[in-house]
Amino acid sequence: MNSLIVISILAIVVLYLGLFKAKNAVLPVTIIGLIAALVLSIMEWNSGAAPIYSGMMLFDNFAVAFSSLTIVSTILILLLSKNYFEKISENVAEYYTIILFALAGIVVMVSYHNMAMLFVGLEIMSVSLYILAGIKKRDFASNEAALKYFLMGAFSTGFLLFGITLIYGASHSFDLEVIKQYVINRPTGIDPMFYVGILLMIIGLSFKIGAAPFHFWTPDVYEGSPTLITVFMSTVVKTAGFAAFLRLFSVCFAPLAEDFWMPTLLVITILTLFIGNITALYQTNFKRMLAYSSISHAGYMLFAIVALGATSTNSVFIYAAAYSIASIIAFGVLILVKEQTGGENFNNFNGLGKKNPFLAFVLTISMLSLAGIPLTAGFIGKFFMFSTALAQYHIWLIVFAIINAVIGIFYYFKVIAAMYFKDTERKELTSTPYYKIVLSVSAIVTIILGIYPSLITDLF
Amino acid sequence: MDYLLLLLVFPLIGSLACLLNKKAAKETAFISSLITLAYAIVLLTKFVPDDSRQFVVDYPWIAQFGIHFKAGIDGISMIMVLLTTGLIPLIILSSFNRTFKNSSALYALILFMQFGLLIVFTALDGFLFYVGWEIALIPIYFICAIWGGVDRIRVNMKFFIYTFAGSLFMLLGIIYLHLQTTGNSYDIDAFYALDLDSVTQGWLFWCFFIAFAIKMPIFPFHTWQPDTYTTAPTMGTMLLAGIMLKMGIYGVIRWLIPIVPIGFMEWKQLVIILSIIGIVYASIIAFKQKEIKRLVAYSSIAHVGLIAAGIFAWNAEGVQGGMIQMLNHGINVIGLFFAMDIIIDRLNTQDSSQMGGIAKVAPKFAIALLIIILGTVALPLTNGFIGEFLLLNAVYQYQIWFAAVAGLTIIFGAVYMLRMYKHVMQGELNELTSKFRDIKGSEVLVMGIICALIIIIGVYPKPILNISAAAVDTLIVQVNSKLAF
Repeated sequence: MNSLIVISILAIVVLYLGLFKAKNAVLPVTIIGLIAALVLSIMEWNSGAAPIYSGMMLFDNFAVAFSSLTIVSTILILLLSKNYFEKISENVAEYYTIILFALAGIVVMVSYHNMAMLFVGLEIMSVSLYILAGIKKRDFASNEAALKYFLMGAFSTGFLLFGITLIYGASHSFDLEVIKQYVINRPTGIDPMFYVGILLMIIGLSFKIGAAPFHFWTPDVYEGSPTLITVFMSTVVKTAGFAAFLRLFSVCFAPLAEDFWMPTLLVITILTLFIGNITALYQTNFKRMLAYSSISHAGYMLFAIVALGATSTNSVFIYAAAYSIASIIAFGVLILVKEQTGGENFNNFNGLGKKNPFLAFVLTISMLSLAGIPLTAGFIGKFFMFSTALAQYHIWLIVFAIINAVIGIFYYFKVIAAMYFKDTERKELTSTPYYKIVLSVSAIVTIILGIYPSLITDLF
Repeated sequence: MDYLLLLLVFPLIGSLACLLNKKAAKETAFISSLITLAYAIVLLTKFVPDDSRQFVVDYPWIAQFGIHFKAGIDGISMIMVLLTTGLIPLIILSSFNRTFKNSSALYALILFMQFGLLIVFTALDGFLFYVGWEIALIPIYFICAIWGGVDRIRVNMKFFIYTFAGSLFMLLGIIYLHLQTTGNSYDIDAFYALDLDSVTQGWLFWCFFIAFAIKMPIFPFHTWQPDTYTTAPTMGTMLLAGIMLKMGIYGVIRWLIPIVPIGFMEWKQLVIILSIIGIVYASIIAFKQKEIKRLVAYSSIAHVGLIAAGIFAWNAEGVQGGMIQMLNHGINVIGLFFAMDIIIDRLNTQDSSQMGGIAKVAPKFAIALLIIILGTVALPLTNGFIGEFLLLNAVYQYQIWFAAVAGLTIIFGAVYMLRMYKHVMQGELNELTSKFRDIKGSEVLVMGIICALIIIIGVYPKPILNISAAAVDTLIVQVNSKLAF
């Protein structure tokens, strides 16, 4: 729990650093603070957690794992931010502060033990993100992104809240444990209100993770926001959304899966897979392609919830880790390419294999990982998801997933083809040491997890 | 001692060495592949040709799913290991007269592919098999797409999509089998021990078969093959035709038939018919081809069709014939593609109608090509004969008319191959061909080795047949005992 306190205080400290014009100290302080939070979080591993703060939160292994993952991803992303925010505005400290506040919300989201905390965490995160999306004040696309995100987000939060109240109405509690007991003790006599509540919560959470048909905000918001914020949204925020989703459904609603919500979610999953993938296929803009592909990855991650079982947590964890790291590489390279060639289309990547072999190589690893090719973490993620889904005999779901994995090859390999097989006259692309560190660490982690996933999968 | 692990590690080290030693990547790769070959021969001397698995390594890998790094060699694997380790040095040596852009990466990819291939041929764990299967695919994609010819991006995308789609279905099958095992295991013996009903076996058969059929390729899954073979750089074509397509055949023998014997019996006839259609179809197209590289590509489909038909007939002759023919086809097809590469490189054209009379200016080359072609068309006392004889014998035992049609492959093969030889090597010299230089140096060495192998195996195939005989017999008995119920 200490990590939440550290992150919250850190956010305020960073804000004051900005106030006193200590610009150069902002990034180091943030990183050191986050590392401290990470260590504190890991120290609570296997500490036999019990609900704390009057049963509001539960910092169990699930929470430790996911908050550590989100903190690590945030550290990697912020390391890329050196000199990035300066180009957008004078007051850099605000960016770090708001990102840290969002992270604080995320830690709450992965460790809630009470519906009220779920809502509070989700709102802390969302409000921060609305601001971050629109932080390029004079940029039209950024404003559009923020407004769209805010309106849609507010709506979905409304659905979520409505769902929570209906569930409260039926079970007389916000506490996850009490709701669980309510479901177990009344196998037949569950209030209809409760069912409606579950549906509304599915809608609210599906919006947050960008699952179809609640995905329409994703491409515009991802494209309009500054790229570094897009990385944050598509990795850390998505991971948190899934952790929250999974926690709620595996703790409270698991017994109702077969009879009630599983078919609904199955439809959402299949829609998400196809819509994300097929639309990604037609993109010429790399960033937009990543946005749509992130929708399809949400579809794969939903497998774990559709086929709720013993390996679900593990699968979501490894998939989220693999996907986050690969996305950080992809967006990181994109930032460099855009800065130096002025565009973010596929043809801006032409000849990168010659101009900068290092960038091309790490981006290849990232694309292979996103496409799910063995020896990368992405394959292990897909393998776990397939195993989880097959364990519940969702054979057709896997057949759809295979079709989608094949579609995915088309657009991921488009980038590889552009980098290695097409030539273009362009001067060398350079990268800064920070980028080199983040990108190589991410690439190495991708490979290591791909070869020996037991490092993190044996945790649960 | 983990003898086998060392065999797998050598190519990996060689691959890294090529990347580090950029100036002499060619030589590094060649030496590394020779070391691997030497080590494989050492293993062969230690190998006892009975039906047991030897040099087994077994390490836990992903405990949660019961995945082990388990590999071993029996008689069937031994042939495949010899094929892989023996052909890679030849393939690398065949490129010694060429210069490639960024050659260190090229040779590193070749050796990395060897690593994947050796995993496929020795894996005894379903997950490991799948991983090896894909590891072999990624490097060949890059080899063909970076160093290939015109239209390589589109052609190789098609190739990659085909094979990747097939292998994902295989992954589905493997995970499904794993879920049926009693002890949370991916072990091949646990898969063998399963007793599934016929409906399940039926669809599992297709999950595996699609992956293998695309790789071989069997008609109608072959459409990626001619384009890919033609646009790929010659080394890539040799890897694809010489070694990679054998992954599919090996997969059928090791994984498909023993795991789902009932499904196999159900669909056996269809597969044999498809294979035979493939033989005839590819032969006719090969007959019409003017592009010599494409002709060899189609001839390869025909030959593989016969191997598939013989193995699916599922008797000792067929499987044994398939085993030795995989080795022979590898040797012959590499020789053919090498010869085509020499011709195309020197004349700068693919078109056989512009050639002629090369035999007059290049006698050594003419003799070598003739021996290779005779081996390919299965003349007695060449290596092709024993394999095709056993395979046809197997098909004959299954169905006499099938054997009659499949036997056409030998006649057709002789027709189009010798016709091609006539067009290219004999007749009158023209302006283009009169400047043809005879082979020399490393080219003579490669051709010499290939011709020697063709004749030695042709005259005395017994030692090679002995390697796999016991393992094949046991496998057939094992499958038949499962079918008896």
